[in-house]
Amino acid sequence: MIRVENITKRFGNYPALHGIDLEIQAGEFIALLGPSGSGKTTLLRIIAGLEFQDEGHVHFNGEDVSDIPVGKRNVGFVFQQYALFRHMTVADNIAFGLTVRKARNRPPKAEIKARAQELLRVVQLEGLGDRYPGQLSGGQRQRVALARALAIEPSLLLLDEPFGALDAKVRKDLRRWLRDLHKQMGLTSIFVTHDQEEALELADRVVVMDHGRIDQIGTPEQVYMEPATAFVSHFVGETNRLPDGRHIRPHDIEIVAEGRDRVMVDNVFRKGGSWRVEGRLHETGTIVEIDIDSHDTPPAVGETVAIAAKRARIFSAAEQR
Amino acid sequence: MTRKTRKVTPGTESRTAQVLLITLALAFLAFFLMLPLIAVFSEALKQGIGPFLDAVANPDAFSAIRLTLIIAAISVPLNMVFGLAASWAITKFSFPGKNLLLTLIDLPFSVSPVVSGLIFVLLFGAQGLLGPWLSAHGVKIIFAVPGIILATVFITFPFVARELIPLMMEQGKEDEEAAVSLGANGWQTFWHVTLPNIRWGLLYGVLLCNARAMGEFGAVSVVSGHIRGETNTMPLHVEILYNEYDFVGAFAVASLLAALALVTLVLKTVLEWRFDLHSGARH
Amino acid sequence: MPSMTTRKTTWRAPSVLPGFGLTFGFSLAWLSLIVLIPLSMLFIKSAGMGWQAFVDVGFSERALTAYRLSFGTALAAAFVNAVFGLLVAWVLVRYAFPGKRVISALVDLPFALPTAVAGIALTALYAPSGWVGQYLDPLGIKVAFTPIGITVALVFIGLPFVVRSVEPVLADLGKDVEEAAATLGAGRAQTFARVIFPAILPALFTGFALAFARGVGEYGSVIFISGNMPGKTEIAPLLIVTQLEQYNYDGATAIAMVMMLVSFAVLFTLNAVQSIRRRRLGA
Repeated sequence: MIRVENITKRFGNYPALHGIDLEIQAGEFIALLGPSGSGKTTLLRIIAGLEFQDEGHVHFNGEDVSDIPVGKRNVGFVFQQYALFRHMTVADNIAFGLTVRKARNRPPKAEIKARAQELLRVVQLEGLGDRYPGQLSGGQRQRVALARALAIEPSLLLLDEPFGALDAKVRKDLRRWLRDLHKQMGLTSIFVTHDQEEALELADRVVVMDHGRIDQIGTPEQVYMEPATAFVSHFVGETNRLPDGRHIRPHDIEIVAEGRDRVMVDNVFRKGGSWRVEGRLHETGTIVEIDIDSHDTPPAVGETVAIAAKRARIFSAAEQR
Repeated sequence: MTRKTRKVTPGTESRTAQVLLITLALAFLAFFLMLPLIAVFSEALKQGIGPFLDAVANPDAFSAIRLTLIIAAISVPLNMVFGLAASWAITKFSFPGKNLLLTLIDLPFSVSPVVSGLIFVLLFGAQGLLGPWLSAHGVKIIFAVPGIILATVFITFPFVARELIPLMMEQGKEDEEAAVSLGANGWQTFWHVTLPNIRWGLLYGVLLCNARAMGEFGAVSVVSGHIRGETNTMPLHVEILYNEYDFVGAFAVASLLAALALVTLVLKTVLEWRFDLHSGARH
Repeated sequence: MPSMTTRKTTWRAPSVLPGFGLTFGFSLAWLSLIVLIPLSMLFIKSAGMGWQAFVDVGFSERALTAYRLSFGTALAAAFVNAVFGLLVAWVLVRYAFPGKRVISALVDLPFALPTAVAGIALTALYAPSGWVGQYLDPLGIKVAFTPIGITVALVFIGLPFVVRSVEPVLADLGKDVEEAAATLGAGRAQTFARVIFPAILPALFTGFALAFARGVGEYGSVIFISGNMPGKTEIAPLLIVTQLEQYNYDGATAIAMVMMLVSFAVLFTLNAVQSIRRRRLGA
C-alpha cells in the first residue's frame, strides 16, 4: 500500500504541488490525469524518489521512504522517452538492474540471462534480445523499457506518459496489453497521462490534478458522471457551461418543443455514433454543443430550437476552479 | 516561348552563379590554406630526403619531440578529468552561478597566448610572487618543464569541457535517472551509462585538446627559456632553427607538426561523419 | 517535518544523481588553481606598480603604436574573414561539388596547425624571394615584414571561426523561408539581402568577434612574417615578450592588462549588442 501525505513541492518560486494526499491499495492501477503543469509528473517522480518533496511524506507499506534513495525503493520507472541505454543490447538493458547489484545480492550470470529471456517473452519480444534499441520500433522500445523496469521485481510500477510517444494505432494495442499485464502480474501501478480517454479506459481509479492540487479521486465512472469540480467536468469529457452556471454534457441536452433556452443552429455533423449540433444561445451568444442520437433527425442549420437539460450540475464557489 | 531563359529553381542560384561562387571560395581556400600547407612539406624536402631525415634525427630535435609528447601526455589527461568533472556538475545538477562558471571555463580562450605565459611568470618567476620562496626551496617552475605544463594546461583548459557540456546537456539526465532507479550507484552509472553515451564526444575533445597541447607556441615560449635539449618543445625548436637560418631543419620539424595536424583533421572528420558530432567555432 | 525538511535547505536543487560535491568541488579547485589565481596575478601586479608606472609603459608611444597595429590588423583580418568566411560557408552548405568534404575538413586546418608552423610557412610564401612574394615584389607590393603580412597571417588564423559560426545557422535556415520569399515575388538578390542575410547576421557577428579576439592576441603565426620592427611591425604580444626578455615584468604586465581590458570591452560590447538584438527578436 502506498500512502502519500501532505506533499508540497516548489521549483524556485513556482509552486508545483500543494499538500497532496493520496492512498493507493496493492494491486490497483492508478491514473494521474491532468493538463501539463498540473504537477502529475512531479508527483510521480517524488513517489519514485527521483525528485524530493519540500514537505510531506511518502509511505510504502507503512514505512516512510522519504529518505530512501530511488535505487533502494524498489520501484520500476518507465520514462516518457524510455531512456533506454543505446549502447547496450535489449537483453543487456533488461538485465542492467540485476547486473549492477552488489555481488552478494546479484543472481548468477545464467540466472540473470534466463530472467532477461523470460521478460522478453512477457513483453512479447522473444528473439530480439541481441538487437540494439535503435533497431526497434517505438512500441517495441516501450515494451523493452517496461521489461527493464520489471526485471528488478518492483513493488510499484510507475509510468510517465507511457503512450505519449506512440502513434494512435500502436497506442491502442499497447493500452489493452498493459492492462492485461498489470492484472496477470499482480502489479501495483501508477501512470501519468494527459489523455482522459486513456485514463478512463485503463485505470481502476483516476486522480484528476490541476495546478498542483488533486481535484478528484475516483473510479472512471465517478469522475465522469459525478465530477467534483468544474475543472474535472471540463477536463474529463466535454461540458457546456451555460450563463446561469449550469454545467451540462452534450448528450445530456435534448431538443424540446417549448423551452426557455433557445439555440440557433450553426452546424450539424456526425460524430461517432451520434449527431453533433453546434449552436449559440439566443440571448448571450454562448456556444452550445448538443449530441443527438443518430436515429433521431437533427435540426437544420439556421433553425432555432429550444433545449432542455436532462441532467445538469452546479458547482459551489470552492468547486468552481 | 519568345525568350529563351534557363529555368532556375526558386531558392537557389543559376548554375553559372554557383560555379562562380564555388570557384571564388576554392581559390580563396587554396591561397590561404592549401598553399601554406604545401609550402611546409616542400620546403622541408627542398634538398631531398637526406637532409630532411638528418634534421629529424638530430638529438635536439629528438629531445624536442620527446618533451612535446611528455607535455601532451600530462596535460591532456588532466584536462580530460577536469572536463568530465565540470560537465557532470554542470549538466546533471542545477545550481546558481552556473553561467558564471561556464564563462570562467571559457576564459583561457580569450586570453592571448603570450599573456597566458606571462601570468605564470608573474606567479612563479624569479621576480614573481612565489619566486623567492621557490628558489629558496630549490623548486624550478619557470624555464623548466613544470612551467611548460602549467601554461599548456591553461591554454587547453576549456577544450574537453566545451565539447562535453553541450553534448551532455542535450542528452539530459533521463538515462542516469533510469540507471539509478534500477539500483546502480554513482560509478556504475558513470561507467555503464554516461561514459558510453559521451565517448565519441570525449574523444573529439581530447583530440582537439591534444593538437593544441602539442602545437602551442606563444604561452610555452614565454615560460620555457628555450633551453635546447631541456625545455624546447617542437614548435619552439622550429623557431630556433628558423632564426638560425636552418630552414630545412625548421621545416622538417614543422612538417612533423603539420602531419600531426593532418592526422588530427582526418580523425576529427571521421568522428564528425560517423557520430554526427557537430564542430563549432569555439577554439 | 523532521528529517526531510532539514535536508532540503541546500543552495542547489536536490537531485537523485550522486557526485555533485566531488565534481563541483574538483572543478572549482582546478579552475582556481589553473585559471583564476594565475590570471589574478595580472591585477595584483598592476595594482602594485602604481598608476604612473602603469601609464608610463602601458601607454608609452611604442605601446600605443603596437596596440594600433594589433587591433588594426585584427580588425582588417576579421573583415576579410567575414566576407570570405561567409562565402565559404555558403558554398559548403548550399552547393554540391566534388571534394566538398575534404574542403570542409580543411577549413579547420588553422585550428589544428601549430601557429609557429603557419608562421614560417606564410613567411616562406610571402617573403620577397618567396613563392608568392617574388611575383608581388616587382609590382612594388610588399607583404612580408609589413602590416599586410600580419593581416595575411591573421586571416589564416581567423577563417575557421567565421565559417564554423555561420555554417550551422545557414544549414538550419529552412528552404521554406526562401521559397516563401520567392512566392511573394522577391528576386534572388532581394531574398538574400532581406531574408537570408539578416538571419545569419548574428552568427556572422559572433564569428567576426571570435576571429577578431583571436587575432589581437595572436603571436606564433605573426612574429615570423611581421619582421618585428619596433614602431612599425611590432605587435602588442611581441612587445610583452620583449619586456619580459628585459626582465621588465611591470612593463609586460601593464601592456597585457591594457590589451586584455580592450579585448574584453570589445567582446562585451558585441555580446551586449547581440543579446539586445536577440531579445527583440524573441529568440
